Amino acid sequence: MAHITMREAISQALWEEMERDPAVFIMGEEVGVWGGSYAVTKGFYDHFGGERVRDTPISEAAIVGAAIGAALVGQRPVAELMTINFAFAAMDHIVNEAAKLHYMFAGQFKLPLVIRTVGGGGRQLGATHSQTPDAIFAHFPGLTVVAPATPEDAKGLLKSAIRSNNPVLFIEHATMYQVRGDVPDGDFTIPIGQSKIQRPGTDVTIISYSKGLEISMKAAAELAKEGIEAEVVDLRTLRPLDMGPVLESFKKTNRAVVVEEGWKSFGVGSEISSRIYEQAFDYVDAPIKRVAQDEVPLPYNRTLEQAALPQVEDVLAAVKEVL
Amino acid sequence: MAETITMPKLGFDMQEGTLVRWVKNEGEDIKKGDVLAEIETDKATVEVESSASGIVRKLLVDQGAIVPIGSAIAIVGTKDEKIELPAGDKGAGENAAPTSVKPETKPTIAPPLQAAPKTVLTAGPIPTTPITNLNSGDVKASPLARRMARESNVDLTRIQGSGPGGRVVRKDIETALSTGQSPVAGGPYNAPVVTHDDETAALTKLRQAIARRMTESKTTVPHFYVSHEYKMDAVLALRKEINEFLPENEKISVNDFIVKAVALALREFPNLNASFAGDKVVRHGAVNVGVAVAVQNGLLTVVSKDADQKPLHQISMNLKRMAAGARDGKVKPDDIEGSTFSISNLGMYDVENFIAILNPPEAAILAVGSARNVPVVDEGGEIKAGSRMKATISVDHRVSDGAEAARFMQALAKYLEEPLRLLV
Repeated sequence: MAHITMREAISQALWEEMERDPAVFIMGEEVGVWGGSYAVTKGFYDHFGGERVRDTPISEAAIVGAAIGAALVGQRPVAELMTINFAFAAMDHIVNEAAKLHYMFAGQFKLPLVIRTVGGGGRQLGATHSQTPDAIFAHFPGLTVVAPATPEDAKGLLKSAIRSNNPVLFIEHATMYQVRGDVPDGDFTIPIGQSKIQRPGTDVTIISYSKGLEISMKAAAELAKEGIEAEVVDLRTLRPLDMGPVLESFKKTNRAVVVEEGWKSFGVGSEISSRIYEQAFDYVDAPIKRVAQDEVPLPYNRTLEQAALPQVEDVLAAVKEVL
Repeated sequence: MAETITMPKLGFDMQEGTLVRWVKNEGEDIKKGDVLAEIETDKATVEVESSASGIVRKLLVDQGAIVPIGSAIAIVGTKDEKIELPAGDKGAGENAAPTSVKPETKPTIAPPLQAAPKTVLTAGPIPTTPITNLNSGDVKASPLARRMARESNVDLTRIQGSGPGGRVVRKDIETALSTGQSPVAGGPYNAPVVTHDDETAALTKLRQAIARRMTESKTTVPHFYVSHEYKMDAVLALRKEINEFLPENEKISVNDFIVKAVALALREFPNLNASFAGDKVVRHGAVNVGVAVAVQNGLLTVVSKDADQKPLHQISMNLKRMAAGARDGKVKPDDIEGSTFSISNLGMYDVENFIAILNPPEAAILAVGSARNVPVVDEGGEIKAGSRMKATISVDHRVSDGAEAARFMQALAKYLEEPLRLLV
């Protein structure tokens, strides 16, 4: 068991998979010589060479489009989009091609494609570079959407994503590369599409993922000081969504708060709470609360940015409301 | 979504109702529960409440129209919503015409509500009358609390909610259950009611025959009734004595004694062993005593022929055979034909007394209750236990009169109370 950062965990996953399978290769902006915008692929270019660690022009459509083509002919590309905000420039390739080719060609083609990208705000990158549009991508059947919150999950899930024959959007959070956690030694994978109880509790269920999980865990620790035991469920994968642990927990606590960094409207919290109402109505003891980003383009100003983003205090307030 | 309001069924046997008055006119706002119209059934005038909120878009029948239950009477919808008139339902009712339904009367000059007497039906559901104060649907409670209340039979209306806005939540139900204050199992307000649907059964041929003959008898034959109480101690003692000598399947019943006694009494009263035949009375030569036997879904009368002349044991054996055949549905025509007088005995059901309907064309029928141990006053004025049986004879008054029937009942007493007469 190693105590490493999220960055190291992701880097290890990529390295080990490239060592394991020669069909795995990386392409993206500044992933090669520079070592990646977030230094995830530092050293890869020297070790694996330019053929397998390919720097690309600044064209997200080209990156994803080319990666789709490579995947269709048997390669296992890991395409990197510098931020998820730039994925909009590749939207057609992602949702109209990657998400649908396997289906539209009646399974004749597989699409073992991973698109690694970086989402989230909090680094004063301004409204167009700080978004958390995860729910948009999770909307499309055919596209797997993974967003880990711990180094262990990041490593295990990325390995599963690379080995998957389906297109996976793998969303990392811009402020979580330095998060440390225990990661098992050696080769391991974590199945895609399984939610996980990250902290057991009895009084309220907090459901979250990615950055939201980080603040949820902090909130749960604060609540424990007051004698409130929150159970924290990490979705880990948005599509396919695993409601099992969520419903199991909710049937025990009867109260829930859903925490996400994206906007509340039409978001992950809306989806989760709807499913709880649909599937566990007779267990609802209080309206489910959603904690999310204020409905504004995220400000550049640090104070305003932090005010708009969901914080531990927001989670605490929401929990107090449902209790 | 426009909603069609239909003529409600306001009573068990209601088939149609008269639309007495529209309370709301087309174009008026209406809320769910508002009175839309007044209708008159054969029992009462009642108000019809709207089952939807919105605007009264269309009144489909005229005031005064007679409308079958379930037929559309109005459409409630939103202002600009496109509405569809019920297909083929151009305003149900005799004088309804959808093109002329627009009531000319304005609400202000409509007859006041009290002009139509409103009474509450004494029978049948009135679905439009909300019993609001007893409805847990009006209590603010979480879905979980509702389920818990349902499962533990707790009356939500009696629980003070501790949640936001007084919402009843899990904790409140748990508190109520632990303190034992509010569970009202079997209580007056939410005792669970199981709904059993009506069941319709077609009449069997036997049932049809019974229905026809009994209706004919009860509606065309003038019945009168005479009751008598018989001392049964002697006959019961004799029966016990005789049965000691008989095998199990040949034991003589109390009813066998009664059949024999009735047969002998009828020999003395030929006018009660008779039939009314329009302009004459036929006094039958043979005394054939019919005995009613309960069978699947009805009853049959098996006939003990010439019972006045046959020994008790033979009467008993014949009746056993015929009754068993009747119950098995294997009765012979000869077994059920030719009775001149009938006996209906409900003694085995602990019946004190009852009266029977004549079995046409017979002039009389005897209804026999149970022999019961009762306190009686003996000759010395002392109270002691005695066995008594009540019987009531129904007689066709066209054939006979009360005095004759009373004397017959006395004669019958002679045979039942001195039962050795039945053996000679």
